[in-house]
Amino acid sequence: MTLPIYASPEQLMRDRSEYARKGIARGRSVVALKYADGLLFVAENPSATLHKISEIYDRIGFAAAGRYSEYESLRRAGIRHVDLQGYAYDRRDVSARQLANVYAQTLGAIFTEQVKPFEVELAVAEVGARPEEDQLFRLTYDGSIVDEPRFLVMGGQTDPVVSKLKEVYVEGSALAEAFAQAVQGLKAGLSNGAELGKLEVAILDRHRPGRAFRRITGAELDALMPANGDGAKEQDKQAQGEDKGAKQATADKKEPGKAGEADKGRQAGDGQGE
Amino acid sequence: MEQPQAGPLSPAYLSMSTSSFTEFLRAQSPDLLPGRRQLGDATSLQAPHGTTIVALTFSGGVAIAGDRRATAGNTIAARDLEKVYITDAYSAVGIAGTAGIALELVRLYAVELAHYEKIEGVALSLDGKANKLATMVRANLDVAMAGLAAVPMFVGYDTDAADPARAGRIISFDVTGGRYEERGGFHAIGSGSPYAKSALKKLYDPDADADAAVRTAVAALYDAADDDAATGGPDTVRRIYPQVVTITAEEGAVHVPEERIEAATEAVLDERRSAREARR
Repeated sequence: MTLPIYASPEQLMRDRSEYARKGIARGRSVVALKYADGLLFVAENPSATLHKISEIYDRIGFAAAGRYSEYESLRRAGIRHVDLQGYAYDRRDVSARQLANVYAQTLGAIFTEQVKPFEVELAVAEVGARPEEDQLFRLTYDGSIVDEPRFLVMGGQTDPVVSKLKEVYVEGSALAEAFAQAVQGLKAGLSNGAELGKLEVAILDRHRPGRAFRRITGAELDALMPANGDGAKEQDKQAQGEDKGAKQATADKKEPGKAGEADKGRQAGDGQGE
Repeated sequence: MEQPQAGPLSPAYLSMSTSSFTEFLRAQSPDLLPGRRQLGDATSLQAPHGTTIVALTFSGGVAIAGDRRATAGNTIAARDLEKVYITDAYSAVGIAGTAGIALELVRLYAVELAHYEKIEGVALSLDGKANKLATMVRANLDVAMAGLAAVPMFVGYDTDAADPARAGRIISFDVTGGRYEERGGFHAIGSGSPYAKSALKKLYDPDADADAAVRTAVAALYDAADDDAATGGPDTVRRIYPQVVTITAEEGAVHVPEERIEAATEAVLDERRSAREARR
């Protein structure tokens, strides 16, 4: 009989973490951010039917990165959990915080007890009656839970996306602006020369009664798309410059004017490109 | 009973393949399912009963309306009971019969529809929704045999219909789970239904608009309340009026605002008054 090779618990956990992290980094990025009327999810997703973003409950949304089969089973389990909770008690008794805790427990148990950890990262978000009540949680493969105050990026090459979003993110933006910020972030994560693929976009809209989750598709999505190609890059630069300039000023009031200027800059950029 | 808790999700949650909330409840929390009670003879039990529901189609949609009364024997158990429920974006259910059983049924049904839609990413077809409701009514048969019958009426807007003007549909059920499509364009259930149906027969116009349909529904309920003691008429003192839900392609299922129902009720009352004056 051969003895199993000894591995220290630290080594085991490290190996598992590395395995999960690699799996998650292989996919494409998902961005979730808070905006004036709720929460916005933007994911690069070539499939129109295998969603990365989904509705969980009346005011709760879900986004995931990593291995589809694994986060899909977590998504279904989450819907079952909240529907049971809401049916046994009341619809108001369902909260994102509670769901995030359940997910954290589940992911933690899988990470420590099973041979293969889940290669997923989840976002659970809830839209409140006022912007201060909006919640955005990040759940990682090992069951860690983080309450994100502004935005989160999961999957793929997150570092460039995060640093880009740190530059361009403005609290309390309107939907179109928030979407432009998310797209700029996602573009920063692309390797040189690559084009941004098909986007899956959804919002949790504070002003929708009942079920707040809504997908943005088709013509509505096209209308939101800022621009493409060189023009967009110009706009990026412009927005960056403006952002630095506007940092000291009160962000909210400057917004419309700033967007307008950035727009002009983009048009000018188009002209130069040709 | 397994109550939801803060611990990890049980493996069944992760591995179950069903998209049905009822199936999930049956496996995980069967005590929360309706219709699993050990019953004796409940005919002597005076549980509150809801009464009349009317539904009619109009050009581009369908309307469903209910009075607000619940009775227990010869007393009025509730004056402002809500018997018409929006169950998803394009469907609504009205309930008649034992109120407690029916309310539980419609509550589970609404969760079932939303649950399926969330899990699968697409809503059930209109016929799928109606068949699901039929199964749930059938599951209640034992309780109905013991004297606590509850019967729903389903209305929906069929988004896949070829002719959008005729996409409103009405489906009625019996206690055994029988499912009947009402192709005549109108139907009524509950104790006041014979009177309501006679009224609808005269007033129904398939090409009417939503406002006219709301008025017709209110008039039919008025006639039912006129002859059936268990159906509540409009209560102008407490300002309790019937409840109406309309379903159209543009707006989906919405409750008609109280002001509009009040106006429709006033119009019906005026009409009846002037008809009586004219006869003198």
